[in-house]
Amino acid sequence: MSENNMKITLKVWRQRNNKAKGALETYKVDEVSSDMSFLEMFDVLNDKLIREGKDPIAFDHDCREGICGMCSMYINGQPHGPLQGVTTCQLHMRSFKDGDTIVVEPWRAKAFPVIKDLVVDRSAFDRIIAAGGFISVNTGNAQDANALPISKELADRAFAAAACIGCGACVAACKNSSAMLFVSAKVTQLSLLPQGEPERQSRVLDMAAQMDAEGFGSCTNTGACEAECPKGISVSNIAHMNREFFAAELNKK
Amino acid sequence: MATLDSKIPEGPVEKKWTNYKSHVHLINPANKRNLEVIVIGSGLAGASAAASLAELGYKVKVFCFQDSPRRAHSIAAQGGINAAKNYQNDGDSDYRLFYDTVKGGDYRSREANVYRLAEVSANIIDQCVAQGVPFAREYGGMLSNRSFGGVLVQRTFYAAGQTGQQLLLGAYSALERQVGMGAVQMYSRHEMLELVMIDGKCRGIIARDLVSGKLERHFGHAVLLCSGGYGNVFFLSTNAMGSNVTAAWKAHKQGAYFANPCYTQIHPTCIPVSGHHQSKLTLMSESLRNDGRIWVPKKKEDVEALRKKQKKASQIPEEDRDYYLERRYPAFGNLVPRDVASRAAKERCDAGFGVNATGEAVFLDFTTNTRRYGNIEATKHGHHNLPDAEIMELGRGVIKEKYGNLFDMYKQITGVDPYQEPMQIYPAVHYTMGGLWVDYNLMTTVPGLYALGEANFSDHGANRLGASALMQGLADGYFVIPYTIGDYLSTEIRTKAISTDHEAFAQAEKSVQEKIDKLFAVKGTQPVDYFHRELGKIMWEKCGMARNAKGLQEAISEIQKLREAFWKDVRVTGEKDEFNPELEKAGRVADFLELGELVCKDALDRNESCGGHFREEYQTEEGEALRDDEKYNYVAAWEYKGADWELHKEELKFENIKIAQRSYK
Ligand SMILES: Cc1cc2nc3c(=O)[nH]c(=O)nc-3n(C[C@H](O)[C@H](O)[C@H](O)COP(=O)(O)OP(=O)(O)OC[C@H]3O[C@@H](n4cnc5c(N)ncnc54)[C@H](O)[C@@H]3O)c2cc1C
Ligand code: SF4
Ligand code: FES
Repeated sequence: MSENNMKITLKVWRQRNNKAKGALETYKVDEVSSDMSFLEMFDVLNDKLIREGKDPIAFDHDCREGICGMCSMYINGQPHGPLQGVTTCQLHMRSFKDGDTIVVEPWRAKAFPVIKDLVVDRSAFDRIIAAGGFISVNTGNAQDANALPISKELADRAFAAAACIGCGACVAACKNSSAMLFVSAKVTQLSLLPQGEPERQSRVLDMAAQMDAEGFGSCTNTGACEAECPKGISVSNIAHMNREFFAAELNKK
Repeated sequence: MATLDSKIPEGPVEKKWTNYKSHVHLINPANKRNLEVIVIGSGLAGASAAASLAELGYKVKVFCFQDSPRRAHSIAAQGGINAAKNYQNDGDSDYRLFYDTVKGGDYRSREANVYRLAEVSANIIDQCVAQGVPFAREYGGMLSNRSFGGVLVQRTFYAAGQTGQQLLLGAYSALERQVGMGAVQMYSRHEMLELVMIDGKCRGIIARDLVSGKLERHFGHAVLLCSGGYGNVFFLSTNAMGSNVTAAWKAHKQGAYFANPCYTQIHPTCIPVSGHHQSKLTLMSESLRNDGRIWVPKKKEDVEALRKKQKKASQIPEEDRDYYLERRYPAFGNLVPRDVASRAAKERCDAGFGVNATGEAVFLDFTTNTRRYGNIEATKHGHHNLPDAEIMELGRGVIKEKYGNLFDMYKQITGVDPYQEPMQIYPAVHYTMGGLWVDYNLMTTVPGLYALGEANFSDHGANRLGASALMQGLADGYFVIPYTIGDYLSTEIRTKAISTDHEAFAQAEKSVQEKIDKLFAVKGTQPVDYFHRELGKIMWEKCGMARNAKGLQEAISEIQKLREAFWKDVRVTGEKDEFNPELEKAGRVADFLELGELVCKDALDRNESCGGHFREEYQTEEGEALRDDEKYNYVAAWEYKGADWELHKEELKFENIKIAQRSYK
């Protein structure tokens, strides 16, 4: 049953811009319904702030369906909040209790500088993909799609890796700010498929080099990324990428 | 004055595109390097166009307002993409896909464009597979298909309930590859706010860097608008929060005609509204209608009991359920097209059979097919006489494999487990068939300005079939524009890049700056969202699933008043030269407040019912849409005239398909 008058206290990171200093500020939101999504609670709070003539809280969001990867809140010390396998936009207030205090911060990583409040710059991810996260096939060169049978098992595994939404929660969860889960998911998807074979070695080397250049930390296998990934991307992808990487390195020499 | 020449090539419909391609002007590679193309949008249409044009050698700039091109709204598409591959050997062909699309669109689309769409559809699948898109496959390694509404073949390719994501990530990777090679310059977190016109041609844009707030000038020999649909004019829709009409609207005000704005698609299977805090609605993919049966109770006392939560759906016996789609449309059953399914749900709910507290929900029930799959699995594994509970458990495994992510999403949003109780669903605004008018080349009425994907009006007539938007976006971007843009750019090879110091750029930038200043200057009391919500209410109540002349007239004057109120009382917080989402929203809502009026005007002008446009005055005795082919067999293309609009008509000619009353019975 929906409950309509939860009272929630929010402590939210406010930071005017990249150069300014930030701090947590406290807000009270009354009449929170348990059917509301976490972001709808922010809508209500922002509505109130605007009416009071104050600056609303900036946060990233778009699809609100858990698929675009845009939302990115660090909630009570966990990226995307307390539930497993759920993005911030799909988190609903029924996961909280009347009277709760919730601390909300942006993703924190050197490679993800803060733009404003809870909004960070994740363009490093795009640059890693541009470095090699593709199969080089120009439009119009493809053969019939069924000319190359791919076993269901392989296709399913590739799909599971390809389900990554590029949100960056893995980086935010990691004490080293490593991007290995994100990068390895793409490497795994493309290396499993026969179409990806020709560029298999250059791909992993180029993507890894770009990842390092962006200032992401190294992976020490804590597994925090997998625990916080909203799409269930498995750390086995990291092991897979490491194998790909070492094989490619060996071959290079 | 621009004229409506659709530039359809000569010849029989199945030869037009081949003939066109053999005769269109080509541009030598050295000249391509000097031709600059601006692409607004990085969804399926924009990303595929940008990557393909860069591969050909053009200099390309791409703009999107999200923080990464991978997050364009296309990412959210769930169910699948159509293609006339006939892999199932079930009678599919280019002609069949063409026919289904024209009929599905209620005979309000242009034959030549639709035939081309069907023709290139198969290439799309080939291209995506080559890029590594992991479509669902059968055990034998072949691609898997499913059915969508309005057709009798299985031609929909899919990747679980995340087809749009996988297709977009494919196009995005092709785009990023070109970014890495320096052939595309990517401008994320940028919003296009004006077109720049020089000597009657489109020559560039003004964009706002959403992080710094600075206005920028960009030159292009041609500009491609791939900016998506305008469903958010209804406030609540299945579109992403940022989806908007601004790019198309600015183009409209610079002379691009807006076609069939009233053709909006209301999708039958969305999660019902839960409260006034609602910020958007969530789609439950049409693919679910492959295995879900739609029903409401036959008896009012069951309805009452459900609403008071004294009964569960599963406690209502089979004979007391009204599977109203199967009853009314035995040939297509639960897989009738969207407009038909939505109206049927509304009809039952209006008659008092809605199953939730608001009275606006029907059931989508998977029990029958869960049991059927369970039995198949049991037989496959040699189990006989299993108890029903175990059979259902086996069946749930199959359902989970097919729709797992949708079931999870449903549970997350509603708190109810759809594996146990049927889903509750209700129609919601989903897609806009209307958009900028384009000719066969996808060029608008502004020379040098193109529109691709959902932003144009071209292929879906008055109703789009499921899984055809992804097909159209990728057809436009991968396979159509790379050819058709040559027709124009071949005449531009002598045009040197124009300096952005040109007076026209300065003027355009100044007008954008003035509009921004004007928004801040209002200093009113109401947040932007307030006006958006109010607009949405008017649109949904008076220009939604059912429309009538009186309501539409009221809506027009209410929208005009609301627009005045907006410009007197909106409050835009923050500064212009900083990251300011409120300012972005304010600009978009200001445009929606103008578009809304045109949508209603078009709906009022079209005195017939067709596809998604249902005028209560025009229906058959059984309540089906009643077209008027004598008077309304045209595309309504509206020209912006400042205070009002002028209507231009493109007559539709049906030479290959016999125009008929659409029947799914
Ligand atoms: C929930 C949902 C599910 C769907 N499922 C299916 C399905 O299963 N099958 C199917 O065929 N169709 C489906 N559709 C429809 C389909 O997804 C869309 O019609 C299609 O993806 C639109 O693609 P597009 O490239 O035209 O635009 P979009 O993907 O909407 O991209 C628009 C782009 O334009 C940019 N943009 C917009 N305005 C500006 C501006 N002013 N300045 C700069 N950039 C701008 C945006 O940043 C974005 O990059 C679904 C739609 C929804 C809402
Ligand atoms: S791996 Fe998971 S957490 Fe990391 S970006 Fe992808 S979806 Fe987000
Ligand atoms: S807003 Fe798209 S994933 Fe959360």
